[in-house]
Amino acid sequence: MKIGLFGFLFVMWILILAGGGILVTILGPFSISGYGDFDLLLTSILKAIIAIILVIVWILILSKLKNWIFKKEIKS
Amino acid sequence: MAELIIPAIVSCIVAFFTVYLATPPLIKFLQKRNLAVKDMNKKDHVMVVRPGGPSIIAGIVTSELVLYGFFQINEILAIIITSFIAFVIGYVDDRKIMGGWFKPVALVIASTPIIFLGTYDSNLTFPLFGTVQIPALYLGLIIFMIPITGNTINSIDVLNGVASGFMIIASFSLSIALFILQNYEIAIISLPLGFVSLAFYKYHKIPSKIFPGDSGALTLGAMYGAIAIVGHVEIIAAIALLPAIINSFLFLSSMKRIVEHRQIKGKPVDHTEDFKLKATNDKTAPITLVRLILTGGPLSEKQVGCEIFKLAIFSGILAIITAFMMRVLI
Repeated sequence: MKIGLFGFLFVMWILILAGGGILVTILGPFSISGYGDFDLLLTSILKAIIAIILVIVWILILSKLKNWIFKKEIKS
Repeated sequence: MAELIIPAIVSCIVAFFTVYLATPPLIKFLQKRNLAVKDMNKKDHVMVVRPGGPSIIAGIVTSELVLYGFFQINEILAIIITSFIAFVIGYVDDRKIMGGWFKPVALVIASTPIIFLGTYDSNLTFPLFGTVQIPALYLGLIIFMIPITGNTINSIDVLNGVASGFMIIASFSLSIALFILQNYEIAIISLPLGFVSLAFYKYHKIPSKIFPGDSGALTLGAMYGAIAIVGHVEIIAAIALLPAIINSFLFLSSMKRIVEHRQIKGKPVDHTEDFKLKATNDKTAPITLVRLILTGGPLSEKQVGCEIFKLAIFSGILAIITAFMMRVLI
């Protein structure tokens, strides 16, 4: 049980690091052009949407992981 | 660097002794007013006074004002105002039973001083990979961060000494990370949070003489969130807070909605005959960090608190490792 919780913390940490990598390498250089004054706004909104999707994916992964790690403990 | 030592020492002394000296009279005042609740995890009928928020906010405001006397920077004002608004919101919830949505929604107001005083940087820094500029998203992050940190600390305030003890570990980890990142001014500004928590822990540890209440827990959490934003250490702060985040995550993913503890019918934890804590099989009860810790077998309240502190220390170490990784780019 204790190892399960420490393992869950460790996996959360790895997922944060990996998520940061995705954000910086994919989202960082991303930009929209050709809309004049709206370029920055559109780029920002699109980045926000992608980041929110990444957070949702992160939560789903954690949720699955939680069930996998704690399945036996919760049932017992 | 040397000129920062005196403000650091003075503010830490002021933070610690304000709470250390203000809490006993507050306990007497609350006892006279009969503002006490039953300690559910004690065999005998033990009543504990609450809220301890007034002494916590007094420690934060006085120590940060002392620091403002040394460095006139808006970051200090943002932290003071944010913490104070969170205290007022918590105090309203302490005195009057509010709905489950009240605290998260009201705490959005607490995040506005950070925006209006312009004490944030829209670059989000990640370890190893560098920074990403997300101006629109970052404003949303500020608005969400204070309610999340405030409610996360509040949600872990379930056993004697846990919220204040957890805050000692998380805030000192954050301060160490800020020193590693050579953000010395914010590191010093963050130190009073640890010393306020340390002084309050003396009265909150098992057996508690006072509970922080919503006003205390939200103040500690909001100040932690504000430091994370003005110090540009959002990711490190989230990592140091992971056990409490897990608690909120488990709670929300099992309940599927935001709900006040008092509105929950199922009991996640029960007591054995010798009044140890044990996990229940109640499927309607939320899954919490304490319930998961207890799946290994019944433990005393003190033992569960120690398990939570071990998890907090583990997260604190991960946060400090992350701070070192911030200085490395791949």
